[in-house]
Amino acid sequence: MITLTINGTDAMVDADPDTPLLWVLRDNLQMTGTKYGCGIAQCGACTVLLDGRAVRSCQTPVSVAGGKQITTIEGLADTALGKTVQEAWQEVDVPQCGYCQSGQLMSATALLMENPQPSEAQIIEAMDGNLCRCGTYNRIRAAIQMAAAKIPATKVGGAS
Amino acid sequence: MKTEMETRLNGIAAQVPSRRKFLKDSAAIAGGLVIGFYLPKGGRAYAAEAPPGRQPVYPPNAFIRIAPDDSITIVVNKSEMGQGVYTSLPMLIAEELEADWNRISVESAPVEAVYNHTRFPMQMTGGSSSIPSSWDQLRRVGASARMLLIRAAAESWSVPAGECRAENSEVIHDASGQRASYGALADVAAALPLPDKVALKSPKDFKIIGKPTKRLDTPAKINGTAQFGLDVYLPDMLTVMIARSPVFGGKVKSYDATEAEKLQNVQGVYQVPTGIAVAAYGFWPAKTARDLLKIEWDEGPGAKLSTPKMFAEYLKLAKTPGAVARKDGNTAKGFKKAHKTITAEYEVPYLAHATMEPLNVVVDLKPDRCAIWTGTQMQTVDRAMAAMTAGLKPEQVEIHTTFLGGGFGRRANPQSDFVIEAVQVAKAVGKPVKVVWSREDDTRGGFYRPMWADHIRAGIAKNGKPVAWNHTIVGQSIVAGTAFAAFLVKNGIDATSVEGAATMPYEIPNLQVELHTTKNEVPVQWWRSVGHSHTAFVVETMIDELAHLAKKDPVAYRLGILPSHSRYRGVLNLAADKAGWENTLLPEGHAYGVAVHQSFDSYVAEIAEVSLESGKIRVHRVIAAVDCGLVVNPDGVKQQIESAIAYGLSAALHGEITLDRGRVVQSNYNDYPPLRLSEMPQVEVHFFDSHEPPSGIGEPGLPPIAPAVANAVFKLTGKRLRRMPFDKEKIV
Repeated sequence: MITLTINGTDAMVDADPDTPLLWVLRDNLQMTGTKYGCGIAQCGACTVLLDGRAVRSCQTPVSVAGGKQITTIEGLADTALGKTVQEAWQEVDVPQCGYCQSGQLMSATALLMENPQPSEAQIIEAMDGNLCRCGTYNRIRAAIQMAAAKIPATKVGGAS
Repeated sequence: MKTEMETRLNGIAAQVPSRRKFLKDSAAIAGGLVIGFYLPKGGRAYAAEAPPGRQPVYPPNAFIRIAPDDSITIVVNKSEMGQGVYTSLPMLIAEELEADWNRISVESAPVEAVYNHTRFPMQMTGGSSSIPSSWDQLRRVGASARMLLIRAAAESWSVPAGECRAENSEVIHDASGQRASYGALADVAAALPLPDKVALKSPKDFKIIGKPTKRLDTPAKINGTAQFGLDVYLPDMLTVMIARSPVFGGKVKSYDATEAEKLQNVQGVYQVPTGIAVAAYGFWPAKTARDLLKIEWDEGPGAKLSTPKMFAEYLKLAKTPGAVARKDGNTAKGFKKAHKTITAEYEVPYLAHATMEPLNVVVDLKPDRCAIWTGTQMQTVDRAMAAMTAGLKPEQVEIHTTFLGGGFGRRANPQSDFVIEAVQVAKAVGKPVKVVWSREDDTRGGFYRPMWADHIRAGIAKNGKPVAWNHTIVGQSIVAGTAFAAFLVKNGIDATSVEGAATMPYEIPNLQVELHTTKNEVPVQWWRSVGHSHTAFVVETMIDELAHLAKKDPVAYRLGILPSHSRYRGVLNLAADKAGWENTLLPEGHAYGVAVHQSFDSYVAEIAEVSLESGKIRVHRVIAAVDCGLVVNPDGVKQQIESAIAYGLSAALHGEITLDRGRVVQSNYNDYPPLRLSEMPQVEVHFFDSHEPPSGIGEPGLPPIAPAVANAVFKLTGKRLRRMPFDKEKIV
């Protein structure tokens, strides 16, 4: 059994230690907001935060995630920053099919946590690993800029 | 004249329900949706048998539910795959219903005849047809419901209905100051007979249609709650992964599952018609075990296929006469009059749809019923095929349409490949199953956009205008062998193979378009914009070559050979104007390229600003001008143009599926790379002010992008790009 701390709550899971965190979240815990896209860290649909850092959960063995703070899309709105990012996504109306968007939101939040005022080049660098087949990229960029503009008024990374 | 989509989809003859069945299903629906607001009883007003010249009346209760708390649920009969139908279709109803937009939510329709496409006897989403084909239907649905609500209020107040009006989900009688909410009136309205005549609003009175409207599905898509097929979990459900033949058409000769079966959490290994299926408790054990299978395949003739050899054969064929798809004048005579001629060959590869959500299907099969959850674009066909596979009647099969993590045509399979396979698995396993395709399975699973080779010879007269044009197309038919063939293939021509080429708009007195339809083991299918995805590239780059040959400006040259009242002109002029085509000073090393194309009855011109960075094509900006008739949701249309440009650029720059001894070389996003954020151009969308009824928008933004970029590259380098993907071309 492995104990995971997900969105501030502990969960005991019975899984092979090599199982990617993605499949533990989805198959063991039915937390389906985190998506499977490629399985080889090429698309970013499975992005979650591990101690505040964006990781590809399809390539993260569950054993590595034990003892760390895991944040998934389901817990994104629990932080002021996550909420700000979500609101910007809503304001810009980013999603189309929506399948990649959990991962996009998690990567964007990790970026802004580390760098609240990213330049355009820094946004591109941070987000280039998150594929969107519907091509919502320009809106993703706009939403990150909108969220960044609101950050000074928000307590970065803190609980709401 | 029938629209392209009508021609395309009337082909599902086997799916045609009888008129009687339509009435029966409609009545069944009435019984099934008695929540808050339903009408009328006994099915007496289901005027499916509308007299000639009269519009059929659609039962509003199948599409609208009004609850006592005034919340309104719209049942949407099209699949939401990103194109925005869960917003734009409710807009049509809400406009005429005079509904409070803030109280509207959406539900996906079950499979019933009442939810069939208005142009074809089946429930399906595709061909950029959702808005154009629902435009009249759903506005009538909304208007009928509004009239009944008004009548219900008028009768309860004993005032003439003509003195009442509806606004923001309320009926108001101004003279007496009385008002009642829709929620309070729904029950009474439900008992009233449907109106004989339905009056629709004049576009000048629209409050919702034409206004940029936020998507209703955004909240669920930004908090992780939107349910895609892969997110469906049933009690006792097993995850199944299948080892399919590495060569198309191959069969299992023998297999050894010893190692796979030893793994913990593996429930069993089963042979199914498409390969060897591993059932396990979760994706990871299923995939791990599947990869341990030892299988010997009888590969069959598909193992002979290799891409370079196939293109060589195609190009040879392209120089021989094919079946004639269009013939104007006499090209032999035309070429004699030509002052200058050009001959060119083109190659475009197979393309995978590569939806972000790989294919998956959940099946719960019981002796007397079958429930299926999947993101599908083709419910009626899937239900019929699932029923046939399960040995049930179609009405014993229910299909729950989830959100689709991208469709682009892949989830509208005329053969229901992924659904049939999942039902076969459910039969073998005997428990609820979720069949999951890995990304590699999805990339290598076939049903690609066909590879094409084209040959064009074109000549211009002394005045520079084209005088002769001979275009020969070589490739597989996407409808051959399906129920669509009987309707779409005429005189040996699959209409989808030549669309955009045989329908090219330029005035050329001697013009011939020919087709060679090839056959091989690779399954092919529609892919966003279908035939236009390759014909626009060929036609619009060759027209650019002719403009250059004639020493004319590419925009002016096109305007000089487009018919005078053509809708192509409007968008071409608009794009050129917005881009400052004639007088904008672009940065050093940047150039504009232009293309214009009509598909799905919509007209799009695109001007791409391009430069080369270390020999690689960089698209900085795309100015798009769009005439899709009346625009329902301007922001939704903008999304679709942005999306089509990204999808089209992915293919133009990077996309190719190739075969080596029958095996697909590409496997995942590392070697089949879609466009990334760093490559995304700025996109400006400009609407041509049109009063035509709405036409398609999911696809028409795609065809012009590849030729616009190729034409810009020519301007920069003098090199003509005649093969996709451009990545593989040596440009400088």
